[in-house]
Amino acid sequence: MSTPQPAPPTLPFPYLETLWLQVTGTLCNLTCKHCFITCGPNNDSHPMMTVAQLTQAVDDAIGFGVREFYFTGGEPFLHPEIEELIAFVLERGPLSILTNGLLIDAPRADRLAKLAAASPYSLDLRISLDGFTADQNDPIRGRGTFVKILGAVTRCAAAGIPPILTITEVVPSTEATLPAFQQLLASAGITRPRLKFLPPVRLGREARRDRGYKDDERLIDGDLLPDEVFSLACGTGRMVTAKGVYPCPILIEAKSARMSDRLADALTPIQLRHQACYSCHAEGLRCRT
Amino acid sequence: MPHLNRDGAPPHRIVIFGGVYNNHLSLAATLAEAERRGADEIYCLGDMGGFGPNPDKVFPLLHGAGVRCMQGNYDHSVGNRLEDCACGYTDPRDNHFARISYDYTLARTSEANKDWLRALPTGFRHTWNGKEVVMAHGSTRRTNEFLWASTSPDHFLEHLLRDAGADLLLVTHTGIPWSRTLPSGRTVINVGAIGRPANDGNLHVWAVEIDLSTPSAIRHRFLPIRYDHTALAAEMRDEQLPEEFVATILTGWWTTCLEILPAKERALGRF
Repeated sequence: MSTPQPAPPTLPFPYLETLWLQVTGTLCNLTCKHCFITCGPNNDSHPMMTVAQLTQAVDDAIGFGVREFYFTGGEPFLHPEIEELIAFVLERGPLSILTNGLLIDAPRADRLAKLAAASPYSLDLRISLDGFTADQNDPIRGRGTFVKILGAVTRCAAAGIPPILTITEVVPSTEATLPAFQQLLASAGITRPRLKFLPPVRLGREARRDRGYKDDERLIDGDLLPDEVFSLACGTGRMVTAKGVYPCPILIEAKSARMSDRLADALTPIQLRHQACYSCHAEGLRCRT
Repeated sequence: MPHLNRDGAPPHRIVIFGGVYNNHLSLAATLAEAERRGADEIYCLGDMGGFGPNPDKVFPLLHGAGVRCMQGNYDHSVGNRLEDCACGYTDPRDNHFARISYDYTLARTSEANKDWLRALPTGFRHTWNGKEVVMAHGSTRRTNEFLWASTSPDHFLEHLLRDAGADLLLVTHTGIPWSRTLPSGRTVINVGAIGRPANDGNLHVWAVEIDLSTPSAIRHRFLPIRYDHTALAAEMRDEQLPEEFVATILTGWWTTCLEILPAKERALGRF
């Protein structure tokens, strides 16, 4: 006879603060070995969102008093109308874009800088790089990507929109890690470095590269700290993809996590019953900037 | 119910500030300016401690001027003797400086003053000139929510004020002042902070004056508060506070805890 699993915690949903948009679904120009939703050029598990889907989600969220918007994917800049979408959102609120930077050439960096300057709201670019040397980064993100990503970081900085560097700690950080990244950014002309370190999520390709979650890596009722609802992505945010509404960016490939077709039906408490919830609670994973 | 001041009459002129950050010299200058302007009432929106020297010096000034004080997130942490300021930084450098600042403030704040901080209210509400005025530390829904100009879209603020039943919302917590009248006519004022300059290269700090002398209207203006910043810097050095903090007082540019700044606000600073 198997022992019944203890009940997972229930997380209330006090308000909608953050709207995540899976702009290009699972389509990406890279196939990073730690990608928790296994994005790539041929993965259309979540297809690219149409402009109508995106603008509808933004307008719906505004009706609920949303505060900030995030574009992610896949690679958001694969969307053929990405710059129009950025302009649309920046007229309405602050926007962060999670990108690998590869499709940001110098003219695009200049156009993005103009869009940012024209808006009363902040535009943050988050460019992912998984090591301060090519030897660390390229085995994860692909051959030659270190140089290309650093090029994008440099172009954005030169255009006046210095990005936040997002680093997945595939190799755990040491005391030397932060100064090394700061030095790297200084060489790219960024004297005011902004860095975000994230633990890996043990789903998708990362589960195969390293390992999946252990049996005991799950949350049970009573685990949550007071006010943790305000720091968890699913506490005050929702993710909209071409396939519907999900609690957060991590769980879009967990079929049982899908909440509804419409945002209006997804602003409800949820149970934190997925093992990936452990990463956010126990390892402090925070998707927001 | 309209608020009545100590003489039983509605107030006409109110000075409101936040973010004292142990800066007793700018606090004294702010209170002197309030008196000079004939303020009937003075409000402090919280965060008495952190950053500056000798925390216990601000309390007699607040009490002596009859300032109506609210609890900020820092006051909550100090008042409840928590282990850290709960600032939530992720950058190790920010955490390093936040730790120095908090440990210093916690160790130098008397038990009586901690108890006073712990008992402070977390918000104020008044009806002034027929309008609902709400004061909060961060936002109406969370003490530690940052209302920056560049991350607070109009529709979001409308939602916040509508939910709070507010025509005018006053907050602090970010340290950078701004105000905006929304399409509905509701107004949000972030009063900034009097504890350190606003990261714009100027050495003064900011408070806000509310003028109720015109019936059915609420007017406001930002008051630049100048104080003896060199004396504060000297006192900070005497207390062996980090030179990075002293530099902010002497230059007007923030040097630490910068990761909380959104892109637009960060771009306006030097670091």
